[in-house]
Amino acid sequence: MNDPLARAWRDPPGIFGALCATDHKTIGKRYLVTAFLFFLAAGTLAALMRLQLARPENTLIGAERYNQLFTTHGTAMMFLFAVPVMQGMALYLVPLMVGARSIAFPRMSAFSYWIYLFGGIFLFVALLMDSGPDVGWFSYVPLAGPVYSPTKRADIWAQMITFSELSGLLAAIAVIGTVFKMRAPGLTLARLPLLAWAMLVSSFMILFGMPAVMLASTALIMDRLVDTHFFDPAAGGDALLWQHLFWFFGHPEVYFIFIPGLGFLSTIIPTFSRRPVFGYPAIVLSLIATGFLSFGLWVHHMFATHIPELGKSFFTAASMAIAIPGGIQIFCWLATMWQGRPELRTPMLFSLGFFFILVLGGLTGVMVASVPLDLQLHDTYFVVAHLHYVLLGGAVFPLFGAWYYWFPKITGRRMSERLGQWQFWLFFVGFNVAFYPMHHLGLRGMPRRVYTYPADMGWTTLNAVSTIGALVIAASVLVFIANALISYRRGALAGDNPWDATTLEWACPSPPPPYNFAAPPVVGTDDKVTGLAEHTREVLLTTVLDARPDHRLALPDPSIWPFASAIALTALFIGSIFTPWAVVWGAIPVALCVTLWFWPRRAETEAHLALEKRP
Amino acid sequence: MNVAGLPSYRFSHASLMWWGMMGLIAIESSAFALSIAMYLFLWSQAPRWPLHDAPPALLWGTLNVALLIASALPNHWTKRAAEQGAERKMRIGLVLGALFGVALIAIRALEFTALNCRWDGDAYGSIVWLLLGLHTTHLITDVYDTIVLMAVFFFSRPLEGRRHVDVSENSLYWYFVVWSWLPIYAVIYLVPRLA
Repeated sequence: MNDPLARAWRDPPGIFGALCATDHKTIGKRYLVTAFLFFLAAGTLAALMRLQLARPENTLIGAERYNQLFTTHGTAMMFLFAVPVMQGMALYLVPLMVGARSIAFPRMSAFSYWIYLFGGIFLFVALLMDSGPDVGWFSYVPLAGPVYSPTKRADIWAQMITFSELSGLLAAIAVIGTVFKMRAPGLTLARLPLLAWAMLVSSFMILFGMPAVMLASTALIMDRLVDTHFFDPAAGGDALLWQHLFWFFGHPEVYFIFIPGLGFLSTIIPTFSRRPVFGYPAIVLSLIATGFLSFGLWVHHMFATHIPELGKSFFTAASMAIAIPGGIQIFCWLATMWQGRPELRTPMLFSLGFFFILVLGGLTGVMVASVPLDLQLHDTYFVVAHLHYVLLGGAVFPLFGAWYYWFPKITGRRMSERLGQWQFWLFFVGFNVAFYPMHHLGLRGMPRRVYTYPADMGWTTLNAVSTIGALVIAASVLVFIANALISYRRGALAGDNPWDATTLEWACPSPPPPYNFAAPPVVGTDDKVTGLAEHTREVLLTTVLDARPDHRLALPDPSIWPFASAIALTALFIGSIFTPWAVVWGAIPVALCVTLWFWPRRAETEAHLALEKRP
Repeated sequence: MNVAGLPSYRFSHASLMWWGMMGLIAIESSAFALSIAMYLFLWSQAPRWPLHDAPPALLWGTLNVALLIASALPNHWTKRAAEQGAERKMRIGLVLGALFGVALIAIRALEFTALNCRWDGDAYGSIVWLLLGLHTTHLITDVYDTIVLMAVFFFSRPLEGRRHVDVSENSLYWYFVVWSWLPIYAVIYLVPRLA
């Protein structure tokens, strides 16, 4: 029975077939592997910076190179690792978790991956050619403007933004479509797994947040390329406009990353506590509240500017308020563990690591949310410590937990528990050794983004300690890679549901077949969905709230055109750094490719017509 | 649960395409709203507004308001035709939509000549060109989209019923192009006269 299904759903063979692939699991895995490689590359840059700072007046890396390193490190970690890796998890997991055979817009998801990949390669190729951006990951004007950055470096940053944000926006639409329309019958919104809720909320935030940075980077590139004056005070422009636009995106961006992390925890903690999560409605409402509140915090990145004091007080209050939904979730998880029988497996260890690290990051967050203290600490290493505690605690710890947790589903094999525990402890200790001293460095006045410091500042020992911590983190990541590679080849077979978990992705084989579910489930019953076509990619669409069966939809077959469109658009984006006419001429191949992408193919149409039933 | 008897496409918010389109509209609305916010921010920082130039001439922009609103009528008719499955009407509607679109783009070109400012003159000129440029991009993409859809309806055989959903969603997007023009028109043409 499964053979025609597999034929209908699998990606086409060969290299050409790989370029046409639209299976959400293929795209999700590509996202995850690519994001991990960017994580390694950006992490290597961080290690180089730590080596440079290990002792005073070090000459390992010069000032100009150092500027490129910290800019590319921050840019890659935020835009090419943290956001895409969460979207990769969503593209892989959400369709499985809602009992669907596919993601909502398979070709668009494939396109979004290619755009992401090309944007990332673009940034790192620029770095290797000594043309990497050097103006910081938030690329403030006037430094990034045409006067102070006459080379192409800032343009490369701005255009990398266009790539990564376009890709992020399209993936977000695919996730929203899947959660709203493709849930298995009976999987009402009130039963939606918390990870799917988290991915839904963060996808909506992406829709409203990412346009701000795309608009800002477009305005920046126009200031640099066609002499507009958005950020040029001499001609009526305003440098603070950049900061507003950037942080209107940039603060929610922290939550694009953090909210999926919360979703991982809400999945992992109940599984290893052997009981359903405590306070499901409270957690859902907290996720949504966090999503809304995160758009009201951006000015707290700008306390050191001349905005009105009343405005600052408002944003201080909002920054404190967002701790409430965060706190509610933490207490729900504590209650879950309290009433359950927690098992300290690796995914659970990383979840507990989150509690410790994020709480510390949250506490320093409350400190810098206060305007007077922020003025003292702004642009010091205290902020570097704070942001790494928040981002690694809030996102990377849960993410490692999630990788251990879902590795068996993705590969069919378990990861080694012993190496996992080693990795956790190396990571946890290394992280604190690397980043805790930075609080003190900041309090002692060490500014961020300096490539070296004199010996008599009193910063020497703490910097050396921090570098040792960074090397321990590197060792931990190497253990993870070894664990993943060894387990991929020789790990114990996992079976469908190695953790006795309750969400739907564990109801299909590991790794899942191309069609995910031979017979999609009907949630709340033992019944299965039947009557979907087997020779073409037909899925069931259900209603948004109650997930009642609504209609069938034959999804498009794999196609080369998303890949070709991504190539054409890449040419346009890169060309536009050099001449504005690239936007005009480059649009022609893009339009052509997108048209061929959309144009109906006869065989496919006939297969669909055979199943057609008018409403 | 046998689902073989269910329809193979449906319109409006039952369809996946509608949600995709709404996602796109949410993104574009954010971009428009933020661009207007940029305009207002720059205005709030300026000693006078426009900084140096005369306000844009009203003729072409206002004509475009009238024509865009008028285009909502054939657009509504086409959307209805799509939901009734009337392919001949859909073809006529798509041709009408494309004609309206081409006329609007031509007037838009004239609009650019009557702005009384240059994008590289000062920040006022830059943001006016950005606003008009952003809306024009949407105008051109949707007209192109309409023409491609029209070509599918004239030249691609056989035709699936779900293409009717595409026509319906294309009309939905056109409404967005129409209604988003009103606040942008107000900002570009009326704010400099208030200021």
